[in-house]
Amino acid sequence: MRILGILAGIAVFVAAYIFFEESQLKEPVMLSSNELVTVFQLDNGMKVLVQEDDRSNVVVSQVWYKVGSSYEPKGKTGMSHVLEHMMFKGTPSYPSGKFSEIVALNGGRENAFTSKDYTAYFQRISSDRLELCLKLEADRMVNLTLDEDEFKKEIEVVKEERRLRTEDKPTSLTYEKFNATAFQDGAYHHPIIGWMEDLDNMKASDMIDWYKKWYTPNNATLVVSGDVKADEVVKLANKYFGRIKPREIPSHHIATETPQTKSRFIEVAIPAQVPYVMLGYKVPSLLQAKTEEQIDDVYALEVLSGLLDGGNSARMTKNLVRGREIASSAGVSYNPYDRLNTLFVLSGLPSGKSSIPELKTALLDELEEIKHKLPEQIELDRVKAQVIAADVYEKDSMFYQAMQLGILETTGLGWHKKDEYLEKISAVTPLQVQLVAKKYFNEETLTVAELKPLPMKNMKRKNSMNGGGRHAR
Amino acid sequence: MRAKSHMVSVVITAVLALASFSVSASPRILQWHTNKGTPVYFVESNQIPIVDVRIIFDAGSARDNGQAGLAVLTNALLAEGAADKTSQQIAEQFEDVGAQFSNGALRDMAWLSLRSLRAEQYLNPALSVLKEVLTKPVFSEESFQRELANLKVSRQASKQSPSSLGAEAFYKALYGDHPYASPVNGDDESLASMQRKHVLNFYDRYYVSSNAVIAIVGNLSRAQAENMANDLVADLNKGIRVPALPVVKPLEKAQLIKIPFPSKQSHIMMGEPGVKRGDKDYFTLYVANHPFGGSGFSSRLVDEIREKRGLAYSVYSYFSPSRESGAFLMGMQTKNEQASQATELLKAELLKYWQEGPEDDELESSIKNITGGFPLRIDSNKKIVEYLAMIGFYHLPLDYLHNFNRRIEAVTLDDIKSALKRRLNPEKMITVIVGGETKSPSQIN
Repeated sequence: MRILGILAGIAVFVAAYIFFEESQLKEPVMLSSNELVTVFQLDNGMKVLVQEDDRSNVVVSQVWYKVGSSYEPKGKTGMSHVLEHMMFKGTPSYPSGKFSEIVALNGGRENAFTSKDYTAYFQRISSDRLELCLKLEADRMVNLTLDEDEFKKEIEVVKEERRLRTEDKPTSLTYEKFNATAFQDGAYHHPIIGWMEDLDNMKASDMIDWYKKWYTPNNATLVVSGDVKADEVVKLANKYFGRIKPREIPSHHIATETPQTKSRFIEVAIPAQVPYVMLGYKVPSLLQAKTEEQIDDVYALEVLSGLLDGGNSARMTKNLVRGREIASSAGVSYNPYDRLNTLFVLSGLPSGKSSIPELKTALLDELEEIKHKLPEQIELDRVKAQVIAADVYEKDSMFYQAMQLGILETTGLGWHKKDEYLEKISAVTPLQVQLVAKKYFNEETLTVAELKPLPMKNMKRKNSMNGGGRHAR
Repeated sequence: MRAKSHMVSVVITAVLALASFSVSASPRILQWHTNKGTPVYFVESNQIPIVDVRIIFDAGSARDNGQAGLAVLTNALLAEGAADKTSQQIAEQFEDVGAQFSNGALRDMAWLSLRSLRAEQYLNPALSVLKEVLTKPVFSEESFQRELANLKVSRQASKQSPSSLGAEAFYKALYGDHPYASPVNGDDESLASMQRKHVLNFYDRYYVSSNAVIAIVGNLSRAQAENMANDLVADLNKGIRVPALPVVKPLEKAQLIKIPFPSKQSHIMMGEPGVKRGDKDYFTLYVANHPFGGSGFSSRLVDEIREKRGLAYSVYSYFSPSRESGAFLMGMQTKNEQASQATELLKAELLKYWQEGPEDDELESSIKNITGGFPLRIDSNKKIVEYLAMIGFYHLPLDYLHNFNRRIEAVTLDDIKSALKRRLNPEKMITVIVGGETKSPSQIN
């Protein structure tokens, strides 16, 4: 209660200098556009991306902040995500729960998500209700209450989320430990949701600091996609967000990962039923690729990931699930849009008749095969055919298209990178694929994690019948 | 005070504007039968040069007939070799033209689904391989053994998931000897005794044109869609329609099932038989559930359990309408120490709601949320093709989408109170709790 009183006081006091006067409001500037997307910048530095799409009278509105788990210092992991939860806990004008209630009354759906590199809030709503969303988002960009009592309840919710998503899921727990082994001193070391110990020690005051640090219009991007007109959207955006004065974004040191020089291994022995293996190599992300050559490498790695796992005909399924029947499932993941250098990950569940060492060897063999034998053009063509088709299919999802724009802008790549994707992928040759395999898939940067199932005790079922029903225990 | 009056004005604006929501925005559905008598549901959609096709069979796990997992295994094997093509050739033919093929089976339905670019050079090869997968699967012994082994691995993996274990126990208790009790992905015993001939028989019996529905959305004329549908099922046996499923019996008494499990959270599930698709109470119960546990952050369950007490990340309730009565289910997860408190709370909330029904404003807000959100239900071809499949499979009227908001708006407080009393019985529910007793949180690692 004490904190609430103080904060409410601050909000009133602050209001005087946090907003521009109406008369000071300047016109937004159009930065760039293509046939689909128009980009503006408000005078306070906030970017606005609009994608017009009149297929249905619906709009997606997303506000992106450049902050995520990779911005967090040691000991305070999970702050970005907890703050995302707290953003629904009210402002003086719209107390806890009101935001969601108003959106619901207007037929909207809303939520938010946090990643390593960004935090985003979104609404999907009938397109004539966009203004309402912008008004509410602008309000919580500056006026968040961050009440202590609300925090105490919400941190428990987040701990339950961690138990649900990570601690009671053997493969997720394995992934967390795999990731923390591959990245040891860099910003990608810790999980997005944070370590439990850090959640235990987190305070409402941490939230206030984190909010003040990163939630400012010059650190935010609005992406709107749907049945709207770009000039009208930017006018509304300026009306609500344009009034918010920018704050200096703190200079912020990104902890760089010390280069890995030796392969690493971690065994995760936990109660489970099915073993699981993950292998990851250090590879560049598009943003960290500094030379033309490195940029080409990123696209070649992307094609390589398609070659291995770009569908049911790709090599993982072809060779490991069907051919050798060594995996019941196997997959590859590589995210070129990570802000920092990242991992190229192969993972799989052994089939009923194979073991983890056999599967691990088989996964490595797939990479060796590419190093030693040039992939066939027809395989690359197949990857490209799917990329070309997916580029058309994605027009069926406004949300997905808005996501892509938001990610590219927020990580610092710029939305134009989306336009280059097809062309860059199409240009990749079999030789380039082979060269990146040779260049990056080396023992020194390999991390392996194995889930080793321990017996699960206490699994005997107890039944009890009860006629009355209400007091079943 | 300023803040408050401000709020009121926002809400009023919303109410006024809501009256102007157009109801004519629902897609125009065309319906006919193929030469073989298979119903086709079609929506022409020209903005994007793509086509979505979905073929649905009454061939879900409800048709397992004692061989749990058979429906899923049969469906999974369709694309693992057909006509003269191996599974690899099938996958390549789809992927060479950028087509996306998927398939699956649940309790009621089994389906095959294709998304392709519209241009003939992509669409035609994709359709031709889809047709082979649909009508000429070979079910080789090799594929059968491999997919069966993989199903056993997923079965094993489900045993490390408290939610999967809980759901299996819940459905078993809920449905007793009804076919819906059959675990969709099979159980140890049924998978151990599964044979290729079971799959062959299942395919012959259920993958027939009399037992199918086709849904198409895309950049096609009706004539083109007609030809496409006729051709897809031309080589399918006509077969006979499957018999109706037995009626689901109401529960006779309450039952508590506790499954000790080495997890940090206890997963709690509570429920009873709910409602069928097309049931006269369906819309009433759908609206009734909305403010209780169906609307996320504006629901009572989230408010009481998550917002007020911080007991869970996820808490919900839903009616899962099926051919015969699907489940009414409430669910949540909380750390083991809080499991009994949470279970009591869930029960108490349901009992209160069951006795009193929603408040006036809860009903009003729910109706606004559902009707105002209608455009979101149909804002992509993918969503529309799923609706067509549902309408066709469950024999819902063609104006289902067109009248959706009208049906929602017609629901009254009295309807809800009456339906809750008639259709639910909080005294006779199944409760499943999977989790540890009260262990120290660090015990697992």
